[in-house]
Amino acid sequence: MSVNTARAKLLRNTGFYIAAFLGTVFVATPILFALLGGFKDNQQLRENALGLPNPWHVGNYLDVLADGTFWRQLFNSVFIALVTTFIVVAAAAAVAYVFARFQFRGREGLFTLFAAGMMFPFTVAVLPLFIILRTFEMLNSPLGVILPQAAFGLPLTIIILRSFFRQIPGEVEEAATIDGAGPWRFFLQILLPMSRPVIATVSVLALVGSWNSYLLPLVVLSKPTWQTLPLGVTQFQGEYATETAKVLAFVMLAMLPALIFYAFAERQLISGLTSGGTKG
Amino acid sequence: MTVTRQRDQLPGAAGRADRGVRPRDPRGRRPGAGTMAAFISPALILFILFVLVPVLFAAYTAFFRWNGLGGFPTDFVGLENFQTMLQDKVFLADLWRILLITILSIAVQLPMAFGLAMLLHQNFPGRTAFRLLFFVPYILTEAVTAVLFRLIFSPRRGFADAVLSGFGIDGIGWLSDRNLVIFVIFGILTWKFFGFHMILYLAGRQSIPEELYEAAKVDGATGKQLFRHITLPLMGPTLRITVFLSVIGTVQLFDLVYVLTKGGPFHASETLAITMYEQGFVRNQIGYASALSIAMFLLSLVFALIYQRYVLGRDLQGALTSSDGGRS
Repeated sequence: MSVNTARAKLLRNTGFYIAAFLGTVFVATPILFALLGGFKDNQQLRENALGLPNPWHVGNYLDVLADGTFWRQLFNSVFIALVTTFIVVAAAAAVAYVFARFQFRGREGLFTLFAAGMMFPFTVAVLPLFIILRTFEMLNSPLGVILPQAAFGLPLTIIILRSFFRQIPGEVEEAATIDGAGPWRFFLQILLPMSRPVIATVSVLALVGSWNSYLLPLVVLSKPTWQTLPLGVTQFQGEYATETAKVLAFVMLAMLPALIFYAFAERQLISGLTSGGTKG
Repeated sequence: MTVTRQRDQLPGAAGRADRGVRPRDPRGRRPGAGTMAAFISPALILFILFVLVPVLFAAYTAFFRWNGLGGFPTDFVGLENFQTMLQDKVFLADLWRILLITILSIAVQLPMAFGLAMLLHQNFPGRTAFRLLFFVPYILTEAVTAVLFRLIFSPRRGFADAVLSGFGIDGIGWLSDRNLVIFVIFGILTWKFFGFHMILYLAGRQSIPEELYEAAKVDGATGKQLFRHITLPLMGPTLRITVFLSVIGTVQLFDLVYVLTKGGPFHASETLAITMYEQGFVRNQIGYASALSIAMFLLSLVFALIYQRYVLGRDLQGALTSSDGGRS
């Protein structure tokens, strides 16, 4: 290797690491501020905003964890996300199966109707949704959040599932039919297990969408019983406006589940979220 | 013909790729009407009740003056709500801010994501770690992120001020200065979303076959030429789709800004969705708020149609269909 190429490579490497370092500082600083700030007390936050906590206070985190509110909101968020995901994936898979595998009159029209739902941003419907939920007495009930979320998740889920189901060869279904499997058995025992990767993708989309949802819970859940973490964090900040350190601890703990999920399912999360992006 | 073509090219209507290709039906047994209905009805009922009815109801209510009480709106006012809207300074400023954030995104956020994607495409030790790290802001909840940044930019004892005081700069009214607030919000949006665009660019870059570069290099192309004549044109679909997503996201922006500033100070950071929320849920002007939501829908729709026709139309097999099976 000549001196020149070695120098060019060194320069290239240095450029890469400088840019990557700047990106890292940009991304990590706010999160580190929350993480470390949670270990300070308020006086330290004022006087030693940039340094490491000295001494380290675990009190803020312990206070949040000892208070039932955090756990209840965590439970609510998880519960609402799981039920939403189950409903949207089950309902979408069933109808996508019909769209993908059977001919009947009005099929394309019906599919277009669902697909057109992609054009309606959720925000457009939130006001009438509130009025409808009030009429059905579903305000302050988890169903008031779950059902609209599932409904708005349908179009994308159906589109993704339908195109996957279509790719499964007809021979598989013929073989199953010859062996005496009806549509229900084929759907539940053959099609769904074969579609595990795409089911994972749409589930991730639904889970993350529900987990992050703010506007609908804000409107529907005015009583604390079923309030979710995003609502909880904003309210906690309102209540403890002067105790910044404690709010930072709450913020950090509220971010933790998503970070843990990301650490374990990073590939599914990235492919799921970006497939939603390119579709939406 | 043109009408149907436009509709088919909407982001949702994925039907066009497989139009005309009859799916293989199982010969012989076909499920009866009852079975079919059982498969279709849960999704259909859910969709009608919680998507179609609310959207149609919003379109209907937009023509009434209504405080939201007493069953149905009765005070029909025709287009009055829309006329009010066009004279509403807040609404017009909302549109201006959409434009401003769009321009800033295209000028700053997307190029930054693109540059980092090109960088991370190179073979360097540790590039996977950087890729994972840069995506982290995108997975965090907007509302929670907003609380964090409220504390960072809080007046006097905020973290941002503490950093600047190290340089001898006094406290800045990050979120309370009318002229500054929208740029601070743009900075936070960049923090939150550049990783998402970066991942899309990376995927787009990785789908370009290396043979193209090798062949061009054999012909003596320089690095700059490779970029101009291979990378950039072949990344076209991805670039265009990220601009599209960025604009649509900007039109519908709510969570982050609402938690950060509630649209203030003096509407200086208000978004269309916040104006609608305030009119509908705070002032009970349901009719007017519905008109605003219809405006938001039309804005997205018109933009989508124009963009599909004149920009994305060039991409025969664009990024839109990529999740159909990993093409593009």
